[in-house]
Amino acid sequence: MTSTLATGTTVMEPAAHHPVAPRPGKQGGSGWATRAPLLPALVFLIAVTQLPFVATLGISAFDWNSLDPDARRFAGVENYVTVATDPALRGSVLTTVLLTASVVLASLVLGLLFALLLDRTFFGRGFVRTLLITPFLLVPVSAALLWKHALYNPEYGLLNGMWTWVAGLFGDETPAQPDWISDMPMLAVAASLIWQWTPFMMLILLAGLQSRPVDMMEAARMDGANVWQTFRYLTVPHLRRYLELGILLGSIYIVQNFDAVFTLTSGGLGTANLPYTIYQTFYQAHEYGLASAAGVLVVIGTMVIATFALRVVSSLFTEEVKRS
Amino acid sequence: MTTATGSAPPRRPLPPAARRANRRGTALGLVAWLSGILFCLPAGWMVLTSLHSEPDAATNPPSFTAAITFDSYREFFGSGGGASPWPSLINSATASVISTVLVLLLALPAAYALSIKPVRKWTNVMFFFLSTKMLPVVAGLLPLYLFAKNVGMLDNIWLLVILYTSMNLPIAVWMMQSFLADVPVSIIEAAQVDGARLPTILARIVAPIAGPGIAATALICFIFSWNELLFARVLTGVAAQTAPVFLTGFVTSQGLFLAQLCAASVVVSLPVLVAGFAAQDKLVQGLSLGAVK
Repeated sequence: MTSTLATGTTVMEPAAHHPVAPRPGKQGGSGWATRAPLLPALVFLIAVTQLPFVATLGISAFDWNSLDPDARRFAGVENYVTVATDPALRGSVLTTVLLTASVVLASLVLGLLFALLLDRTFFGRGFVRTLLITPFLLVPVSAALLWKHALYNPEYGLLNGMWTWVAGLFGDETPAQPDWISDMPMLAVAASLIWQWTPFMMLILLAGLQSRPVDMMEAARMDGANVWQTFRYLTVPHLRRYLELGILLGSIYIVQNFDAVFTLTSGGLGTANLPYTIYQTFYQAHEYGLASAAGVLVVIGTMVIATFALRVVSSLFTEEVKRS
Repeated sequence: MTTATGSAPPRRPLPPAARRANRRGTALGLVAWLSGILFCLPAGWMVLTSLHSEPDAATNPPSFTAAITFDSYREFFGSGGGASPWPSLINSATASVISTVLVLLLALPAAYALSIKPVRKWTNVMFFFLSTKMLPVVAGLLPLYLFAKNVGMLDNIWLLVILYTSMNLPIAVWMMQSFLADVPVSIIEAAQVDGARLPTILARIVAPIAGPGIAATALICFIFSWNELLFARVLTGVAAQTAPVFLTGFVTSQGLFLAQLCAASVVVSLPVLVAGFAAQDKLVQGLSLGAVK
């Protein structure tokens, strides 16, 4: 997609003023010999990721239902108008934004708390870290199935089971048994995703905490700074780029989430996000033109976010260039 | 690490403030243990349920002390009436391993061109690689489906191999660029002066220094391929079905057997769990595209 490439170019202009990795000898080679090793990867990537998108762009201009292929006709921007005015689709835009923002922020906060707890020596620290990482290592479909059937199930799920047990301790033998997924679908999906993504945030922030300069922390303590002051004025500023990185990478992956929505609710009850809606539009409704138009709109939306995101990464990236 | 007690002078008995800090350290350690156990509880529950019999698995309130049995695993691996999971596990392994090898073959030269002898405007190339990762996969799914249908590659594992390679290539280039940048150019140049050629340099200098990083890259690519659902769900059917797709079909085709479902989830997650536990430190470097070191 040339436009994203263009975005990358504009964003990177300031970085170009830094010396390109201070390598002695032949610098910034431009001959074909230096470029050749890049070509296989570039050509492959363009063929497999960019060409399909161009095709999507083309299909989006047709009124094309695969169940009625003879009626295929050029429709211009009709599909885009339909998509933009379709309340279900607009709903899924909102769902995507809500789900992504809530999952990223909640797992970031939880991940920070865990990272702070692990950033001190105590007995069995390695083991506790392993415990905290585990949710991230489950295959996403397994995790979603686990939440749906073993935890949320109203009859024998762990959540209601524990609730029955706790209520039983207080003499209530027939406590209310909520059906988590139908009663609070968005929360149910978000909770399972937060559980999966908190370890990711924790790992990044832990790396950040452990790269704090020790002498500075000690100097602050000597000067009588209390725990909160060291955290507020030393740790938080130092963690900033790690927090940004967590938000950026978390967003890229969670915006595209399909597994949890597909498994937990099958997009029902207002939890259909954009990836799921597009999947449904073409895989079940067979509306090829509409699905493609929706896909193109998602890309435009992502490009807006990506422009912002690339700025964040590029600040991370320039710092690394400076360090090396 | 920076515990409060670490800076206490050893000569004198601990002053009251340090003793307070010590107690606080113990308390926080306990909090960490408690949060670790609570947070991991769902996964632990999955393992425990997989080791219970079906009637014991579906009780309310939950039974933590029911008899342990491996029936669900035996059932899952075939003796039961359902489809055998082996073909889909083998498909997943094939797609993940071969695509990982392909990614390494394509990404290594690219990373070399971007770090050791950087081409001009190498940062732009890096951002182009990253930007393909921001293109939502759903936006290209339909043409890929139509293409596969027309050339007869639907339900073919090699299509997934190609797609997984393209999915992981940008991440791999980013990670390896940062790992290869760790190789001091002066050593390479010294070797060149001594008459070493590129293959020798790669094998004797680059590989030992960047090796662990390359291994981490391979691990991440393997995990992402193994976990992938959307492509596999749309582009495969029976013959090329992967393990995650098998899992989603597992529930509907046989009704719900909770213990067996948990056993299935454990089995499918096991390769990733083992790999992940073995390389916890590398994981964060890899996932943060080498930006955090």
